[in-house]
Amino acid sequence: MAIVPNPHKTTGFLGWIDDRFPLTKLWKDHLSEYYAPKNFNFWYYFGSLALLVMVNQLITGIWLAMHYKPDAKLAFDSVEYIMRDVPWGAILRYMHSTGASAFFLVVYLHMFRGLIYGSHKKPRELIWIFGCLIYLVLMAEGFAGYVLPWGQMSYWGANVIFNLFGTIPVIGPDLVIWIQGDYIPSDATLSRLFSLHVVFLPFALVGLVVAHLIALHEVGSNNPDGVEIKKFKDPVTHVPLDGIGFHPYYTVKDIVGVTVFLIFFVAVICFAPDGGGYLLEKPNFQEANPLVTPEHIAPAWYFGAYYAMLRATPSMFSSALPGVIVMFGAVLMLFFLPWLDKNPIKSIRYKGMLTKVATMVFAADFVMLNYLGLQPPTGLGTALSQIGTIYYFAFFFGLTVFHKFEKSKPVPERVTS
Amino acid sequence: MKFVITKGKLAFAGLALALSGAASAAGGHALPYSYVADVDNLPSVQRGAKVFMGYCSGCHSMKYLRYGRIGQDLQIPEDLLKANLMFTSDKPGDVIQASMHKDSAAKWFGQAPPDLTLETRARGESWVYSYLKSFYVDPTRPVGVNNLVLPGASMPHVLWELQGWQAKAAEGEHHAEGGHGKHSPFTSVEPGTLSSDEYDKLVGDLVNFMAYAAEPGRSARQSLGIKAIAYLLVLLAFAYLLKKEYWRDVH
Repeated sequence: MAIVPNPHKTTGFLGWIDDRFPLTKLWKDHLSEYYAPKNFNFWYYFGSLALLVMVNQLITGIWLAMHYKPDAKLAFDSVEYIMRDVPWGAILRYMHSTGASAFFLVVYLHMFRGLIYGSHKKPRELIWIFGCLIYLVLMAEGFAGYVLPWGQMSYWGANVIFNLFGTIPVIGPDLVIWIQGDYIPSDATLSRLFSLHVVFLPFALVGLVVAHLIALHEVGSNNPDGVEIKKFKDPVTHVPLDGIGFHPYYTVKDIVGVTVFLIFFVAVICFAPDGGGYLLEKPNFQEANPLVTPEHIAPAWYFGAYYAMLRATPSMFSSALPGVIVMFGAVLMLFFLPWLDKNPIKSIRYKGMLTKVATMVFAADFVMLNYLGLQPPTGLGTALSQIGTIYYFAFFFGLTVFHKFEKSKPVPERVTS
Repeated sequence: MKFVITKGKLAFAGLALALSGAASAAGGHALPYSYVADVDNLPSVQRGAKVFMGYCSGCHSMKYLRYGRIGQDLQIPEDLLKANLMFTSDKPGDVIQASMHKDSAAKWFGQAPPDLTLETRARGESWVYSYLKSFYVDPTRPVGVNNLVLPGASMPHVLWELQGWQAKAAEGEHHAEGGHGKHSPFTSVEPGTLSSDEYDKLVGDLVNFMAYAAEPGRSARQSLGIKAIAYLLVLLAFAYLLKKEYWRDVH
């Protein structure tokens, strides 16, 4: 099919542009005539919020990079320079540091929405895969950014993460040196993490977000009932009967969601930017010192669950490799969700009790693992982490069979309002 | 507006305290005293600045804090600033350098005294408050004192003239202190020039100043927060009405 220039036949100045660039077409295809189901609920705010937070990170990041010095001798001082001498620097920095946590929070809620309403299922598998890749890039971005202030927790956190690669048999130790560019995290490491943090990873992130949205707009949005709105269309206009234009209906609705989000976001930035030591860790107010190890090295809160899994897995042949495999396996598991979930029903509303309970326990399990990963190791904590880790994996495999042992409810033909 | 801001700040300070309380409980360190700094109490922060410059700045630097910034934020005119706080420099653009040289300090004390600009954020306000109240007589230490919060600290009890000397109470033998019903882990050996309450107030002033120094923008971000949230609440009302209006034709 050939590309038809200006399919909407606009005239005048807009027509001049539309003859050369599909401005009206893009506007209609992706906003005013992108028909979304009319029954989106609370859970559907987090996609647009993730976009908002990403823009916040990009913009505040641009200004922070104007004043930050990616040099092991200057990095810590330059952050304090931003906090004190750069006009509005402290607010910019808090917006960025709080934004990182907010990004993970909204992404976790967004992923949970996908899980409960079956948004990963056919025909939306690629949307889910792009989403998983976004999450992976986000983890790398979060880690790199965490190191840049070059405080004690930055330094020792980086040390722990890099040494995970050292557990790979044969090539591990050399690989660590190659990645770090030195025998220990150093100026070379900081410079390359800065480069990745401000150039490669944001590029990859934005690209994947575009792919995520293109794939979404190709197949259309899922909804809390998990039914396809394209099945019932107006015979004349071909508009789905249960669909409403994303613009203006969801743009005005998302403004409400954005405003509520911003109230919480501003409250944290202005009144608790440290987040009680969870958003900005106390040891990170001391400059990196390779000779002094902090008494308790905890990861950023959003990596807590994986850290708990790492610690919960017993070593084999005095190597932590099994833990590293379990940890990365837990992330990789997400990619297979569309094919592991064999339930023919999409939305949790019409699934049986077993799936409902198992899913809620899974959510609680993930929160528990996150909490345990941030605490110093204890006997009870390790035992709970082990149970939690086993459940995490068991849940994914359970999704292949849960529906055979439960009574589902009938799925309606059209969305329920 | 001022009243609203103060009220709001108090409410959020309570929230922050609850959060930090949860965090420190998780950290598992029991401190003998707890303290929440008040950086909005200007006279107290000003007194704390004077205590810091008089007793601490001989050994400890504040390498991220400029004299001029102190004057500006704490409303101290330049002549008073120079007369009362600036002993080693006459340029308001300078940061606070310790009078003692780092190398000699390391030779005399075993290690150079740390820079204190960010100390309250790195250790916590309660930690610094407790540390300054927890020096006790210990003849086994080179400087004759030890610290309950940082055992084996190489710092001598600089404020001894003010606090006097105290000894660690034996296990189970706790003494009521200052009539607050709180039990002190120390017994007084020799009184100082200040009463126990006066000393607590002085340490409080000092911690308030250090909390200000750790984040000079703290007060500004809090009042900004009140205004920003007030604006967002108004915006929310309009956003909600707009959404309601548009969605009237969705059935």
